[in-house]
Amino acid sequence: MTAPTAPTTPPTLPTAPTDLLYSGTEEELRSAVRALLADRCDAKSVLARAETGRPHDPALWHTLAVEIGAAGLLVPEKLGGQGASHREAAVVLEELGRAVAPVPYLTGAVLAAEILLGCDTSEAAPLLRELASGHTVCAPAVPLTLAPGAPLPPAVRDSGGGALTGSVTSVADAVAADVLLVLADTGLYAVPAASAELTPQVPLDLTRPLATVTLRSATGTRLADPATARAAVAGALLSGAGLLASEQLGLAEWCLTETVGHVRTRHQFNRPVGSFQALKHRLARLWLDVASARAAARAAADALATGAPDAPLTVAVAQAYCSGVAVRAAEECVQLHGGIGMTWEHPAHLYLKRAKADSLALGTAGHHRGLVADFAELPAP
Amino acid sequence: MTAAATTAEELRARVRDLLAAHPPRDTARTDFLRARFDAGLAWVHYPEGLGGLGAPRTLQAVVDAELEAAGAPGNDPRRIGIGLGMAAPTILAYGTEEQKNRFLRPLWVGEEVWCQLFSEPGAGSDLAALGTRAVRETGSGDWIVDGQKVWTSSAHTARWAILIARTDPGLPKHRGITYFLCDMHAPGVEVRPLRQITGEAEFNEVFLTGVRIPDSHRLGAVGEGWAVARTTLMNERVSIGGMRIPREGGMIAPVAAVWRERPELRTHALHQRLLELWVEAEVARLTGERLRQQLAAGQPGPEGSGMKLTFARLNQEISGLEVELLAEEGLLYEDWTMRRPELVDFTGRDAGYRYLRAKGNSIEGGTSEILLNIVAERVLGLPPEPRDDKDLAWKDLSR
Repeated sequence: MTAPTAPTTPPTLPTAPTDLLYSGTEEELRSAVRALLADRCDAKSVLARAETGRPHDPALWHTLAVEIGAAGLLVPEKLGGQGASHREAAVVLEELGRAVAPVPYLTGAVLAAEILLGCDTSEAAPLLRELASGHTVCAPAVPLTLAPGAPLPPAVRDSGGGALTGSVTSVADAVAADVLLVLADTGLYAVPAASAELTPQVPLDLTRPLATVTLRSATGTRLADPATARAAVAGALLSGAGLLASEQLGLAEWCLTETVGHVRTRHQFNRPVGSFQALKHRLARLWLDVASARAAARAAADALATGAPDAPLTVAVAQAYCSGVAVRAAEECVQLHGGIGMTWEHPAHLYLKRAKADSLALGTAGHHRGLVADFAELPAP
Repeated sequence: MTAAATTAEELRARVRDLLAAHPPRDTARTDFLRARFDAGLAWVHYPEGLGGLGAPRTLQAVVDAELEAAGAPGNDPRRIGIGLGMAAPTILAYGTEEQKNRFLRPLWVGEEVWCQLFSEPGAGSDLAALGTRAVRETGSGDWIVDGQKVWTSSAHTARWAILIARTDPGLPKHRGITYFLCDMHAPGVEVRPLRQITGEAEFNEVFLTGVRIPDSHRLGAVGEGWAVARTTLMNERVSIGGMRIPREGGMIAPVAAVWRERPELRTHALHQRLLELWVEAEVARLTGERLRQQLAAGQPGPEGSGMKLTFARLNQEISGLEVELLAEEGLLYEDWTMRRPELVDFTGRDAGYRYLRAKGNSIEGGTSEILLNIVAERVLGLPPEPRDDKDLAWKDLSR
C-alpha cells in the first residue's frame, strides 16, 4: 500500500519566506569558532575551571570577542560592530553549545547588545561601541529565567536622583561583566559592576555562573526612558530566546555524536552495544529530533535576521521545541554511556546541566507554547 | 533536435507555445496531456522524447504554476501516484529504450494506472524473502509466474504492475530475484479486495496463477531484481516525505479548526497536547522545507529518510487527539460501507476515519521500525544486528 499525498489546506497564518541553510560566510565563521574552541575549550579544561568556581576564561573570551570579532556581530558597522546578523550569531551559539563554552556570549553579545541597540540613544552608543570591540563585557541585570512576553520585574527603584536600589537574583554571567544593564522604574541604566554587590549563587549549570546583584544607592548612566527601556528589553528577550535555540541545537548535536561514537565502540554480549535494535532506534529518533531542531533554530535565526513579521511565533516554536530536544539528548547521553555517564570526569554532566538550565532560561517550553497559543489563535479554555 | 531548455524563461516560452497550439478550453483532457508530454513539459527533468527536457527538477514548479494559471488540466498525480513515484523512475533508470517509449507516456498521462506487486503474506518488512516464482519457459523464453501478493493499492484499477519474483531459489535471498512489468489483464491475474480497519478496501490481494510475462517485459538483468527494487523503494520514500505543506497544513488543520470554532469542547489537558502537536507539526514543516532547500542547493542531506517517520507519528497523534476533542461525536463513525476507492482521501472524511487510516502511515512504504534501522545504520553508521540469512540459499531459509 502507498501513503497518500498530504492534504493541503490554505494557510491560516502568513508564512514569511525563510532561508534555512548555512551560507559560505556562516560556515567560515563556524570553522573559526570551532577551531578556537577545539584548541582552548576542551571538556577537561572547562571542568577544571568550573571546579575553581570561576568558570569564565577571559583569555578565551578575548580571542573569541576581539580576534574573531564575535562580540560585535549584531552591532552595525557604524557603531563599531561587524554588521552581521542573527544568522551568524546563531552559528556562533551552535559552536558554543557544542563545547558548553563558559563565555558571556548569550548574555553579553546577544542580550546586552540587543538592549543597547533597542535604546537607540546617544548615551547607549559609546557603550555599544565598547561592547562591540570585545573589551567591555555587559550583562543585563535580569533573572536568566525572564521570558519574552512575560511581565518585566520592577525589582530596582530609583530612590531619588538616580540612586538605584534593589536586588535581582539569578543574573547570569554578572561576575564576568564590567557593566550591568539595570532596568529600573525610571529607565535603563548602565551601572559599573564595581559599584554593585555581587553574591555568587551555586548554579545547576556550572558553565554559566549566576549571582544576586544588589544595588544600594548605586549610580549609573541613564540610557533610556522607562517605555524605551522596557521595549528594548522585551526585544532583546525575543532575540535571546530565538538564538538560545541554536545553543541548544549545538549542545544536542554534541550529545548525539558523542553517544553514537560510544555505542559503536563499547562491547557487551560480544557485540558493539550500538548493534542492538533497542539502542539503534532510540538514537535514530534522537537524530531525527536534532535534525528537526536544526530547522526550528535556523528558522528562528532567519526570522530575527530578516525582521520577519512572524518572528515572535517562529521564536516561540523554536524554544518550545529545542529546549526539550537538548534535554533529551543530554539525558540519553548520560543513560547510554552507562556508569561512565554518571561520573564527574566524563563531560556528559556538564551538558546535562547546561541543557536543563537552558530549558528554564528565557522562558520554559510551556511558556513558549502559551505564546504559540496566542499567535496561532488557539486560546486556552 | 533543439538544445535542452534549461532556464525558467525558456520553459515559460514552451508553455506559451503549448497553450497556443492546444488551447485547454477546446482540447480534450487526455489530448492536452499527451501534447504536454510530447512538448517535454510533463516532468522537465526527464530526457527529451520521454516527457522532459533534461532541465533541473526544481524548474518543474515554474511549468506547473504557468499551466495552472492558464486553467490547463492536470494529470491527477494522486490517482496515478504509484506509477509516477515508483514505476516511472525505475523504468527510466533500468528500462530499455523500447520499454521507456512504450510505458512512460501513458503512465504520465494517466491512461494506464500502475500498481506495485512487491509485498507477500510471508514477505513484508523482510521483502527479499519473497516466494512468488517466475520460471522461464524453454522455447518461447517467456516467464511463467505463480504466487500471491498483498497490500496492493490500486490493483483493481491498474493496467500494469511492477513485480518482483524469485527466479533462482538456490541463491541467497537478495540474489535470484528478477524484476518484471506485469500486465494486470493477463490470464491468471486475480485481484481480490482486502477490507481494512477503515471499512473500505483501498488495497487488494493479488493471486498470480500461471501468468505469462514475455522476456521483453523484464526490467534489468535476470537475478538483479533486488537492485532494481531498491531504486523503486528509494523513490517511494522520497515521494512520501517530500511533499510541501503550508503552515498549519496537513492533519493539524482540521483539529485546529475545531478548536477555534467550538470553544465548548476545550479543556486544559487537550490544550497542552494540541499546542505540543501544533509546534511539532510546524517544526516538521520547517524540516521538510529545509530538506527541499538542501536538495535545490545541491546539498542533499539525510533528513529525507526521517521525514516519513515524523509524519507517521504526528498523523497518528494528531488524529487521535482530534477524536478525543470531539467528545461524544468522537464515538461515532461516518460510514462503514465497504467501498473500493480509486484514491485515498486523507482529510476529506471524518476524524474517526483519519484516526484509523493514519495507523497505516507507520506501516506502508516501510514500517517505522525498518526506517529507524535505516537511519541508524546508514545515517549514524551504527552496526547492523548479526544476521544468519545472508549467505543461505533462499530455499534453505526457515519459513
